[in-house]
Amino acid sequence: MSINLNAKQRRWLAYSIPVLAVFAALLFGAIMLVLLGANPIEGYSEMFVGAFGSGDALIATLLKATPLLFVGTGIVIAFRAGVINIGAEGQMVLGGLFAAMAGLYLPEMPAIIMVPLVLLAGVLGGALWGWIPGALKAYYRVNEILSTIMLNIVAVQLMAYLLRGPLIDPAEIERGTRIPQTARLAESADLPILFGDRLHIGPVLAVLCAIATYYLLWRTPLGYRLRAVGLSEHAARYAGIPVRRTIALALTLSGALAGLAGAVLVFGSESHRMVTDGSTMGFTGGAGFNGIVAALLGGLHPLWTIPASFLFGGLIVGGQALQRAVQVPSALIVALNGLVVIFVVAADRYRAKLLSVDTREHPDMDADDEAATGMGAIHDAAPTGTDSYGQDEFGEGR
Amino acid sequence: MSEVFTTAVMVAVVASAIRLAVPLLLASLGETFGQRSGVLNLGVDGMMLLGAFTGYYAVLKTGNVWLGLLAAGIVGLFLGLASAVIAVTLKAEQGISGIGIYLFGLGMSDLLFQKLVGTPIPIDTFPKVYIPILSDIPYIGEMFFQHSLVIYLAFAAIPVATFVINRTTFGMNIRAVGEYPDAADTLGVSVAGTRYATEIIGGTLAGLAGGVLAITLGIFQQNLTNGAGFIAIALVYFGNWRPTGIMLGALLFGFVNALVLELKTLEIIPRDLSNLAAMAPAIITILALVFVAKRFRAPSALTKPFTRGK
Amino acid sequence: MKRRSITLVVLIAVLALVAAACSSDDDGGDSGDFKVAIVAPSTANDLAFTQSIVDAANLLVENGTIGEVAVTGGMFVVDDAAVAIRDYASEGYDLVIGHGSQYGGSISEIAKDFPETSFAWGTSADTFGLANVYAYEAASDQGGRVMGLMAAALSSSDNVGIVGPIEVGDAKLYVDGFKAGVLAGKPSATVNVNYIDSFSDVALAAEAAQSLIGAGADVMSGTAQMVTGAIGVAKTEGVLWFGTQANQAELAPAIVVASQVYHWEHMLEEMVGNIKDGKLGGELYEITFANEGLVIEYNPDYDLSDDVKKLGDEAVQVFKDEG
Repeated sequence: MSINLNAKQRRWLAYSIPVLAVFAALLFGAIMLVLLGANPIEGYSEMFVGAFGSGDALIATLLKATPLLFVGTGIVIAFRAGVINIGAEGQMVLGGLFAAMAGLYLPEMPAIIMVPLVLLAGVLGGALWGWIPGALKAYYRVNEILSTIMLNIVAVQLMAYLLRGPLIDPAEIERGTRIPQTARLAESADLPILFGDRLHIGPVLAVLCAIATYYLLWRTPLGYRLRAVGLSEHAARYAGIPVRRTIALALTLSGALAGLAGAVLVFGSESHRMVTDGSTMGFTGGAGFNGIVAALLGGLHPLWTIPASFLFGGLIVGGQALQRAVQVPSALIVALNGLVVIFVVAADRYRAKLLSVDTREHPDMDADDEAATGMGAIHDAAPTGTDSYGQDEFGEGR
Repeated sequence: MSEVFTTAVMVAVVASAIRLAVPLLLASLGETFGQRSGVLNLGVDGMMLLGAFTGYYAVLKTGNVWLGLLAAGIVGLFLGLASAVIAVTLKAEQGISGIGIYLFGLGMSDLLFQKLVGTPIPIDTFPKVYIPILSDIPYIGEMFFQHSLVIYLAFAAIPVATFVINRTTFGMNIRAVGEYPDAADTLGVSVAGTRYATEIIGGTLAGLAGGVLAITLGIFQQNLTNGAGFIAIALVYFGNWRPTGIMLGALLFGFVNALVLELKTLEIIPRDLSNLAAMAPAIITILALVFVAKRFRAPSALTKPFTRGK
Repeated sequence: MKRRSITLVVLIAVLALVAAACSSDDDGGDSGDFKVAIVAPSTANDLAFTQSIVDAANLLVENGTIGEVAVTGGMFVVDDAAVAIRDYASEGYDLVIGHGSQYGGSISEIAKDFPETSFAWGTSADTFGLANVYAYEAASDQGGRVMGLMAAALSSSDNVGIVGPIEVGDAKLYVDGFKAGVLAGKPSATVNVNYIDSFSDVALAAEAAQSLIGAGADVMSGTAQMVTGAIGVAKTEGVLWFGTQANQAELAPAIVVASQVYHWEHMLEEMVGNIKDGKLGGELYEITFANEGLVIEYNPDYDLSDDVKKLGDEAVQVFKDEG
């Protein structure tokens, strides 16, 4: 494009890219709908009504968006430190398990103590599952992509084992049906309801976490260290930052947030118990991956991940409405999610270019702007491999 | 316990391990090419799923398993091309774009299956090929020489890949582009061209892996691969980016899975603990890497897009 | 930054308006039409668990007992299923069926919020003491036993293999019944059972079948939707298969001997009748041979010897007489 845009127009275009990406994906979806014999206008309108068109729908969307926001915020932290965390699925499971165990084994306590306790348990569970790959990477050089993938598998099997074994609802054994679920968890641990039958404090907590993450990353020394490592490991090391420990910490924090997502899923669920059907995404519903999408749509900035998660939650809830309305499987929405990711990520260089010109014209960028250039800055420091001095990421020679 | 180690059982386990390893092997091999040249593709599972559905659908419609495999490979080729465009030309963030490809493949394969096929109609599978003489050797014959042609070809691909990477100009270009793209560029090697080639190879192999899986099982289902693509990616690291290492990794994974399955059948593993046993391959893989990884090193330019003059 | 949030908000508002304008009136329909909704963990044409209930509901539409059926399949995530169940209830469906044992916890909570709606939970035998919840299950162990007897008679190696998902509910009932049937027919036979710990892993089911065959099985059975993988292997290896939940003969006409088919129609008809009369729940249903909810459908393409068929028919008759 050789159209000449001024700085303001460039910024506008740059910020609209995620929205444009969603539209491009929806266009593809419309074509698919037509090919499958459905009316795209009817389909999409049912989708929007199903996601945003009524009080119930909005509540469903908010609730669906909650784990996405938690996970997405965690992904932002990890990515800012230069690590790809694809272990959120397993971290959510561990968070749910720890929280469920707290709900089962802690003595009866008033809700005001119980709820924070079980949520804290979830945080610990997820943090553990994030710490393991972090430590493995820091101390044993095990690549985090391998370890997180393997740990996802271990987590699902662990959940199945526990829910069918030690944690199973005694009533199930009596009845002989042995469904892998816990007993109904302590009522005092139910997430307090804000509105209606179902809207609990989960969404509020998620938003608070996102805001807290913003402050962590841009207003604290720890956040500075995380971002420094993400921007240039080499420079960070020369500045005296313990790179290995920081990366491990990033994964731990990322896991902690995913764990919280799992805990909220358990205690905010309709059944108030932890239950699975044994499949890989039977508990999480794929939130571990969809959270990455949400983070991406939010430009890897914690505050923008909030509306991004909301939009994504709407897309998913709407997808199920779409399925009911025009008999097109909601798998279409999964595919569209993927397309959105691809389009946003593919346009990212262009977006960075649009914004970086501004930097030269406006040297005093604030944190928000720096954040908005997002990935463009980050992936110049890959988490693996050597830099041009022939040293690997741990400062050791080949 | 002695029942476990009867020869008949072990023979069955090894044969099963080889079968289970093949899709992992093919997909992992493809990813190796890509990663050696510096491109990380996390979308392998999505490519496998689309390849699996295409292969299944082609066999369903034509009745010819080889056409099905061809179709799967072609779909994989185009997906590899798309992945190359995204990672190399558009210089997108590779870790994340891969997840996008995964979600796209997961959703599309499920959607197309539900709409175009619906009920899981079984299809023909690969015929077994009994290698003359060798397949009659007691025990060894059943373990190694009574598989389908596809399995033999898959394992034959390993030394071929090793040869290509280590002893051809193309292989040298791949390695150069993966370690020192600037230097390679100065010497006239097309960084983008090489990466396009490896991504296309990677995609084709991933598609083939999926096709092999579906046609071997004779069926398709939502999320047929169940994360096998991700395991294949992990195996690249496990195998230290060398085809032989990857083959060993795939076989290890296949073997542990087959063994656990057999132990469950013989009820040596109590039902209550079967999930713990199912964790075994994953944990063993991590542990193995912990003890060996000090000597492993990734290609230097992995995940870094190349721009001349940077 | 502000510009982007405004863009998003405006976008959503516009689209919501457009949607509201275009969306069809979904409170329509005659008030006389009985509306049924089904929420299930797998797809409606999985030739197994879910297909059985959808087929039954469709039959009832054909004969006019109910006006319409809405199906939401693929709800393997329990929380998603809960949302769907609640949505259907709030949209005014007369009967919402949660066709999955793992949905129980959710139904027990949701049913309390919709006392005017009838809920049905299967497979299970618990109505939580709620007046608007029905529970239903299949005595799948009956068919298991019948076919187990036939399997024992047909097996020349005296070795039978069974592939199961998770050792849970309906699957466990069936597998236990089948095993008991085999051992009743040939007490010395070997019966190997392999629960693959998943309802969906087709590849694993196939490998489980391989390992069962490797251990000597020449007749097999199995249950749940991933069993198509095992049937494929049985087909290749020429091993006989007994199916359950739906008629699986079309999957492998050469080796499927018979299937225990779940016919939920009569039960559903009775349930709907009760609801129309004002009784919204509190009853347990079980389909059995005696009430023709369970039927053994023989595969016409498989040449079954008369002796074995007689064995099967007699066993069925025993259940019918008990019944």
